[in-house]
Parts: sequence; C-alpha cells; structure tokens
Amino acid sequence: MSDSRTEHLPASPMIHGRLVRLAHWVNALAFLVLLLSGWKIYNASPVFAFRLPGELTLGGWLGGALLWHFAAMWLLALNGLLYLGYGFLSGHFRRKLWPVSPAAVWADIRAALSGRLAHDDLSVYNAAQRAAYIALILGIALLALSGLAIWKPVQLAPLVELFGGFDTARIVHFVAMALTLVVVAVHVLMVALVPRTLLTMLIGRLPATRSPQ
Amino acid sequence: MIKLKMGERFAALRNREIASLERRLFLRQGLSMGALSLLAGCNVTDEAGVENALRKISSWNDTVQAKLFAPKRLAQEYPASAIVRPFPFNAFYDEDGIPAVSAADFSLELAGLIRERKPWRLADLYALPQVTQTTRHICVEGWSAVGQWSGTPLRHFLERVGADTSARYVGFKCADDYYTSIDMATALHPQTLMAFRQDGDILPAPNGFPLKIRVPTKLGFKNPKHVRAIFVTNEYPGGYWEDQGYNWFAGL
Ligand code: HEM
Repeated sequence: MSDSRTEHLPASPMIHGRLVRLAHWVNALAFLVLLLSGWKIYNASPVFAFRLPGELTLGGWLGGALLWHFAAMWLLALNGLLYLGYGFLSGHFRRKLWPVSPAAVWADIRAALSGRLAHDDLSVYNAAQRAAYIALILGIALLALSGLAIWKPVQLAPLVELFGGFDTARIVHFVAMALTLVVVAVHVLMVALVPRTLLTMLIGRLPATRSPQ
Repeated sequence: MIKLKMGERFAALRNREIASLERRLFLRQGLSMGALSLLAGCNVTDEAGVENALRKISSWNDTVQAKLFAPKRLAQEYPASAIVRPFPFNAFYDEDGIPAVSAADFSLELAGLIRERKPWRLADLYALPQVTQTTRHICVEGWSAVGQWSGTPLRHFLERVGADTSARYVGFKCADDYYTSIDMATALHPQTLMAFRQDGDILPAPNGFPLKIRVPTKLGFKNPKHVRAIFVTNEYPGGYWEDQGYNWFAGL
C-alpha cells in the first residue's frame, strides 16, 4: 500500500522504544499468570483467615497452579533482568524515572485527586507516574526475593534469615503481592483516564497527524 | 463465572483482555495482526499443548534445582522448643485410611541396583546406628511444622547393602500404595534419614509407622511414610503426586 501523502507527514516522536514496550507487555502477562496461579497456591493453605475467589484463580488445582507459577517466574525474572539492565545501562531510568521528589509526588497526587493532573507531553512522566513505576519495580523485586526464599529455604537460607524466617517470608510474599496489585490497579486506572498513553505503549508513538500545509 | 478447565480459563481471560484491547485500538487506527499475536503469545487454547509445555518447563526446573542443590549444605536445625505437637497428619486419604502395618510381619524389600537384596526385618533395622534431627517439614501447600525424627542416614544403609550410588534414582513404595522417588545426590545427603522414631517415640501410625524417609531438603510429599520397599534405578520412577503434575525434584 503506497500513499504519497504519508511522505509529507511529520513523523510523531517515538515515546516508548521497542524494548521497553516488549518488556512491559511480557511483564504484564507474566504478572497476571503469577498473580492468578499464586492465588490458587495461597488457597491450598491460606496464611490469613480468608481465601481468594477460586473462580479467579489459574491452574485448576494446586499442581496445575504450581506449574504455571514456576513457569511464569522465569518469564518475569528473565524479562525483568533484561528491562533492568537496559533501564540502568541505557540511561532510560535516569531520563524517565528520575528525579522524583516526595513534594512533587504529593503535589501530583493531589492534582490527580482533583482531576487536574496533567500528562500532556507523553514523553515525560509526571512525578506520580515516576513514583508508581519505581514502586512497581521495587514491588516486583521484593516479590521475586521473597519468592526465592520460600522456594529454596535450605539452599538460600541467608535470604530466609533476612526475611525473619520461612513463615514471615511467606507473609512478605503475600503482602508484596497485595501492595503491588494496588499500585497496578491505580496504574491501569490512570491509563484508562488517559487512553492515548496506551497507544504509545503499544505502537511506540502517537499516530501521525496531518499538519496543514 | 462458569467453571472452565486449566488452559480454557486462561484463554478465556486473555481473549477477553485482547478483545477489549482490539476493540479500543480498531476504533482509532488499524493494528497489525503481528502486534496482536505478540500479545497472544503461543497458542493457549489447546489444553493438552499447554499442559505439555508446562510439564517440559517443570522438568527443566528439575535440572535447575539439581544444579542448585549443594550436597553438603544442611537444613537448619531447631531447638526442641520449636517442635509442633501434635505433628500435622497429611496424606492423600483421611485418617481412617491410615494403613495398619504389623511390626511382626513387616519386612523391607530391596530391589534394583542393589547387591544384597535380602529383605530386612524391623528388629534388624532398629539395630542400625541412628541419629536425631530437628528440622522443618515444609508442605507443598505452604504450611510448615518443625518436627524431630531419629533414624539411620539413608546413605549409611545404601552403602551397607551395596547399592549402586552412581545410579540416578532411589525409589520408594509404601504400604498405603503411595510411591515417590528422589535423586541420588539427595539420597546421599547427610540429613536424609530412614526415620524409625518421631519425637522420641516409635513412629506413630499417622506419621508413617514403621518407616518414613525424612528428607529435610525436599517438600513434604517427597518424604514417604509406611515405606515397604526401596529400589535403586536409572529409569525415572516418578511418584504418586509427581505423575499428576507436582514438580519431581521439589527441592528446598
Ligand atoms: C493490563 C495492564 C496494564 C496496562 C494497560 C498498562 C499500561 C501502561 C502504559 C500505557 C504505560 C505508559 C504510560 C505513559 O506513557 O504515560 C505503562 C508504563 C509502565 N507500566 Fe504498565 N500497564 C499494565 C500493567 C502493568 C504491570 C502489571 C506492571 C508491573 C507490575 C506495569 C508496570 C509499568 C511500568 C514500570 C511502566 C513504565 C515503563 C518504563 O517507561 O520503563 N504495568 N503501562
């Protein structure tokens, strides 16, 4: 398909590189699988006095859920390491997630609550976004570390020690899941409020607009 | 929500997600199928295919765990005050299904790559040198309990009967028709015991009388109770739960 007009269109700037987009969606998929299979595993022997809704879980039975969980953990870990490596080495984190000052985050949260949070320039994350993304990265790191501790409590005994024992490591893993999920929920809500951002995370940039000649 | 089986349920979830993404995107601009199939990943609608792929990853996890396993690293020992009493009962049946094993009639069968395969009477087993450990039993379900077991290191017994310790697997068959198997490295680990006693007493029936293999470096379902036969082999023996999908190595 050739359209001569496209040649005259100014290319809209790239907002999210290919690697960040790919890593983001692989991560979202791995996170979903780990979340839903994790709920089934939790239900086999709940640490707290409640069970999670069984219809929402993945795997059918404990053995199936464990298969999903221990498969998706590799996807999450390898993809996460790739993303972290890229983020630190390429300057992506320094450019997009830094600096983030508590005062700016607070101001943004207040603005968001009164419906006035601006995200006009899609190439720059506002302070609330930066805080949320850093929280998500740290949340997943905590999930991975506490997960490793309860997966290999003998081989990785010092890690278990760090979490204050096997049973507390289990609780840390669960609480980290719950907190991360809250941030994910807010994150997805914000995306729903500014749907243009979803487009940029999928195709990298906003569709080209025809400028008047 | 109607009950869907594994695979189907996931596919349904994902299809819904993709469908809504698709809808939103097509409203604004065409989207290439390439990007969509990237999101969809491999074909998850085929249940047997998914199950197959997951099991392949699980056996790769076996390989990784065997590499992570340090033959000399010991599971943590606990003070007697940490022991959980009564020790939880757990099996693939209820308490009324606990097998009644007769001490007088019991004999431990040996098979496979073992030189001296004569069966062992209970009295002869009890006469073997014994050690005591207080370690944490961790169940695949997530709960755990510290218990104390006494018995003979399996390594000592395997060497005594002339087992081929260069073989890959040690398998166990139980009086309740349970069966499981472990890798040789774990069988030779200093804390892997043929436990005859728990908490100072002869192993109670719910906890595996007369013989339980205590493996503190593996999940609870790799600690068979009421063991009546031990065999050494190079052919993958599987296990009761493992054959249904639990990870085989199940190392801690
Ligand atoms: C279906 C669920 C999700 C949707 C629709 C979604 C959507 C988005 C979008 C549109 C952006 C770009 C925001 C912008 O340009 O202003 C973004 C960025 C981000 N999202 Fe998500 N997301 C989802 C799930 C997740 C999950 C589960 C996590 C992590 C647990 C996550 C972590 C992040 C991070 C860290 C960034 C910043 C990426 C970077 O620039 O390096 N997202 N997401």
